Amino acid sequence: MKKPPRIKIPETAKAGEVIEIKTLATHIMETGNRKDAKGKTIARDIIHTFKATFAGKPVFSADLGPGIAANPYIAFYLKVPGPGALELTWLDDSGNKTVETVPLNVV
Amino acid sequence: MKKRKRVRIIGRRDVLLGAGAAVLVAAALRAVPEARAGKRSAQFDASLKALLGDAEPVSSGIELDLPDAVENGDYVPLSISVESPMTEESHVKAIHLLSTANPRADAATYHFTLLSGKARVTSRMRLAMTQEVIAIAEMSDGKFLMSARNVDVKIGGCGI
Repeated sequence: MKKPPRIKIPETAKAGEVIEIKTLATHIMETGNRKDAKGKTIARDIIHTFKATFAGKPVFSADLGPGIAANPYIAFYLKVPGPGALELTWLDDSGNKTVETVPLNVV
Repeated sequence: MKKRKRVRIIGRRDVLLGAGAAVLVAAALRAVPEARAGKRSAQFDASLKALLGDAEPVSSGIELDLPDAVENGDYVPLSISVESPMTEESHVKAIHLLSTANPRADAATYHFTLLSGKARVTSRMRLAMTQEVIAIAEMSDGKFLMSARNVDVKIGGCGI
């Protein structure tokens, strides 16, 4: 990803609380169905996998297809088990792996 | 001599024609719900079959939120939520998002865990044309919940 993804989580959270996590990646999500000016098919390049873990445990994941809009926005939930950090991973067809770690302020 | 006026009476032929027309109208009416749902691609049917097998999905407990009409099919906001306590005994394993008329039927699959706390996801999808979008939730007890929404697309999502 050329630009880092944007991640929004609440500033603080209590253990046991269910919080929303909003993510926005910057990606063309090239479908593989489009043709360039010369009529040559443009190779598919999409984020095919998104994963979220908290303190090393899986929370949520998504398998994405070309039917997902460019710059994929994904919002999901986490039931805060206690203190820890959120690790988010995006994988694309070009082999790029983007990993972001966000510590959660548990009060 | 006074010209005799021809009086039209309903003959056997008229009755037959009328009956034929009634049959055609009935057939057309029956086809309406399908026409409203739009064309479903063979690929969609195959994806649905692979997902459900012989299971009959229930159309309650799941909400698929999509706009009724969009100007641009490139960016269609959506959210899917399923009523579930998200406990070990009863939780949502996955939600599948399918399009009935895109070049590829499988748009996304979202996997949940007990740590998700809530079976709800928000995203944005592409729609190539006016069509029905379907969300199917896979529950921990093996049941499937299904919800469908029709979206009117003015300009299709480019190149999908």
